[in-house]
Amino acid sequence: MLSRTADSLYWLGRYIERAGNNARGLQVALRMASLMRGVEQRSNAWRALLIASGCEPGFRAKALEPTPEAIVRYLAADLENPSSILSCIEAARRNARAVRTALTVDMWEAVNETWSEARRTTTATFAPDNLPAFLDWVKSRTVLFNGAYADTMLRDEAWRFVRLGTMLERADNTARVLDVHHHAIADTEGDGAVAYVQWQAILRSVSALRAYHWVYHARLEPRRIAELLILRPELPRSMIACYARIEETLEGLAVSHGGRRGECHRLAGEMHARLRFGRIADIMAGGLHDFLTATIDRNVELGRQIQDFYLQA
Amino acid sequence: MTGPSKAFDEMSADGIIRGPYAEIARWLAAIPREALQRRSREAELLFKRIGITFAVYGEGGDPERLIPFDIIPRILARAEWEALSRGLVQRVRALNLFLLDVYGAQEILRAGRIPAALVRDNEAFRPEMKGFVPPGGVYTHIAGIDVVRTGANDFWVLEDNCRTPSGVSYMLEGREAMLRLFPELCGAHRILPVGHYPEELLETLKSVAPPNCRGVPRVVILTPGSYNSAYYEHCFLADEMGVEVVEGPDLFVEEDVVFMRTTTGPRRVDVIYRRIDDDYLDPRVFRPESVLGVPGLMAAYKAGNVALANAPGAGIADDKAVYPYVPEMIRFYLGEEPLLQNVPTYLCERDEDRAYVLAHLDKLVVKLTKGSGGYGMLVGPHSTAGERAEFAARIKAKPADYIAQPTLALSTVPTLTETGIAPRHVDLRPFVLCGKEVRIVPGGLTRVALREGSLVVNSSQGGGTKDTWVLEDDPADIPAPQAVQGQAQC
Repeated sequence: MLSRTADSLYWLGRYIERAGNNARGLQVALRMASLMRGVEQRSNAWRALLIASGCEPGFRAKALEPTPEAIVRYLAADLENPSSILSCIEAARRNARAVRTALTVDMWEAVNETWSEARRTTTATFAPDNLPAFLDWVKSRTVLFNGAYADTMLRDEAWRFVRLGTMLERADNTARVLDVHHHAIADTEGDGAVAYVQWQAILRSVSALRAYHWVYHARLEPRRIAELLILRPELPRSMIACYARIEETLEGLAVSHGGRRGECHRLAGEMHARLRFGRIADIMAGGLHDFLTATIDRNVELGRQIQDFYLQA
Repeated sequence: MTGPSKAFDEMSADGIIRGPYAEIARWLAAIPREALQRRSREAELLFKRIGITFAVYGEGGDPERLIPFDIIPRILARAEWEALSRGLVQRVRALNLFLLDVYGAQEILRAGRIPAALVRDNEAFRPEMKGFVPPGGVYTHIAGIDVVRTGANDFWVLEDNCRTPSGVSYMLEGREAMLRLFPELCGAHRILPVGHYPEELLETLKSVAPPNCRGVPRVVILTPGSYNSAYYEHCFLADEMGVEVVEGPDLFVEEDVVFMRTTTGPRRVDVIYRRIDDDYLDPRVFRPESVLGVPGLMAAYKAGNVALANAPGAGIADDKAVYPYVPEMIRFYLGEEPLLQNVPTYLCERDEDRAYVLAHLDKLVVKLTKGSGGYGMLVGPHSTAGERAEFAARIKAKPADYIAQPTLALSTVPTLTETGIAPRHVDLRPFVLCGKEVRIVPGGLTRVALREGSLVVNSSQGGGTKDTWVLEDDPADIPAPQAVQGQAQC
C-alpha cells in the first residue's frame, strides 16, 4: 500500500475518534458546569476540558476571554482550531476523499454525509439550547463510522491503519481525561461533593459510568475509577484495551509484511506489557500524575515511530 | 448555418425514423413523460451516490458538481461506427508518426509540408524530447478525438486531444446507469459493450513498458491530487485496473529508477499513466516550482527505466494551429487520403485569413489556440455586436492566439428537457488507445449542449452527457408514425 494511503487512513481514524471524544468532553463539561456551585469551580471544569483536549495553548494564543461560550465555540466550531469538532470532520473527510477507493461505500457515506451536514451548521447550532443535540449527533455519527468500518471492511492493511488511528487516539484521550482530573483521584481530602462530580465526569467522558457499576457493583471510588480506565481490559476505552488492539494491529501488519518490524512494534509491546502486568496500587504509589504524563509522552513517541516506519517511508 | 431547425437530427428526418433509433422511437412514444422524468431523477441520485463528480474549485458554490446525464441514448449503427473508427485509427496513427518525426528527423518540416516555425516556435513543442524515442515509438497512448456530425455521412474532426484527455469514466458509468435503469430497453438492442475499456487501457500501458523493465510491469496513475477536476476519474480508472493512484510526492527517483513509497518500503514503478501536464512533470526539467511532479523523472525516462503515457511533448500534435495540417500528415506518412474531414480553419496570424475572419465574425466560431474547456470562445451567430468588437480587438492585438472555423450545424439527438423531449446538439469523443496495437472500444463520450440552440457542449459551460450506443447490426429505417414525430420534436 502507498504510504500516503496508509497515512490518510490512519488520520481518518484519528480525526473521527477525536471528533467523538470532543463531543463527549463538551457534554460532560456542560453537565459539570451546571452542577457546580461556585464560579471558580465552573470555570475549572471548562479549563479542564481545554487541557484534556490538548487545545489550551491554541486557545490562549487567540487571547480570548475564557468564557464558557468562547470555549464551546473554540472546541466545537472554530476552524482555526485543528482539533475542533468541525475541523476534525473536515480533516476526516479530506483524508477519506484522498483514499476513496480504499474505503467501503458505507464508510465513505458515513463520512461524506457527516461532512455535508456539518457544512450546514450555523452559529445557532452552537447556542446553549441547541448544543446538546449537536453533540449527540456528532457522537452518533462517529459510532456510525466505527460500525461501518467494523462491519464492511476487509481485514486487510487498510482496515489495520484505520484501526491503528482510532485506537491510538482513544488511548491518548483516556490518559488525558484521567490526568486532568488526577487531583480528584489522588487527593483523599477536599470537598467530597466536588470530587464526586469530577469522578462522574471522568467516567462519562469515556462513556463508562454504567460500566463502572456493572464491573464493581459499588459506590464510586477514585482508585477503582483509575483501575477501570487504565487496567480493565473489558472496558473498550481503557488504556489497556486500546493498547491490546494497537499491539495486535501492528503485529498483524508485521505478519502480512513478511515479519518486517520496527521500533513502533517494540514500543507498543512494551506499553501493553506494562499495563497487562501493572497493579493499580503500584501506579498510585508511584504517583498517578507521573504515570499518566509518562504514558502520554510515550503515546506521542509511538505515533512518531508509526509515522516514520509506515506513513512517511 | 446554425440553429436546430437546419441541423441534422440523428433520430428522425424527412418523415422517417432512422434505423438505429427505431426501437427508441417506439419506446419514447409508449413511455409516459412522468416515468421518464422519474427515471431521470433516479439516474441523478445514482450518480450522486457513486460520487461521479467534477470538481470546480474557486468558483463558489458546491465544489463538487455533478455533470447532468441525459437518459435518452445516442445511437450509432455498426456501419456508421466502422467507418468512423477506421478514420480514427488512421488519424491517430498519423499523429503518432508526426510526433516521432518532429522529435526526430523532422522530415515533414524539411519537405515543407508544415511550416517549420509553426512547430519549432510552438510552446507545446518540447525541445527536451528531441532525439529521444519513447518505448514502442508511441507518444500519444490515449487520444480523445472530438468528432461532430452534420449529416448522415458527414463526420468532422473538431479537435484532437493527445495530452491527457478525460471523460472516459462518464462513458463507462453512463453505460452502467443505463443498464441499471432500463434493462428491458437495453436488452431490446444489441449494444456493443464498452466495459472492458480499463482492461484494454492496462494492456496498452503494459505493452509500452520500458526496455529495462523486468517481469510484469508495475503501472501507476499519476494524479495532481484530489482538487483536480478529473480526480474522480483517476481513482475510478486505478480502481478498475487494480493499480495505485499516486501523487508526485509518493514517487522518488534514485539512480534513474522510479520508486513509490509504500508501507513495505520502496517499490519500483515501470509505467506511469500521468494525468498531470508536461509543465509539472519534473521540476528539474520543466517548471522548477512544481510540487506536483517528481524530481529526476525525465532522467529516469530517458535512461529507459520508466515509460510515460502520454509522452511529454505530445501536445504539439493537438495544438490548434497545427490542427489544419493533420490531413497533410496523413498523406505524408501513410500515403492515404484522410477518411475523416477536418473543419476548414483560419489561422488569424496569416494576414489573408485574419482579414476574412474579421469580416465574418458573425458567422464564425473563434477559439483561443491555447484554450480548452470552452473558455475564451466566441460563437459568432450567437454573439452580440459588443462581444464581436471585443474579439476583433483581441485578435488584432494577438493574432497568433486565435483561430476561427465556420459554425457547424452540429447534429441533434432527442433529449429530455424540463418541457419535454426536444432536439439538442451533440458531439462525440471516442478514446483511441495506442500501444503495440491500436484499440478502440465501440462508443465514446457523447456530450450534449442542454441549452436550447446552444452549440457549446463543454461541461464547464452547461453541457451534459449521454450514453453512446454502437449497435451490433444495422437496423433499417422505418416510416415515422405521426404521433412519434410530434413528440420527438415537441
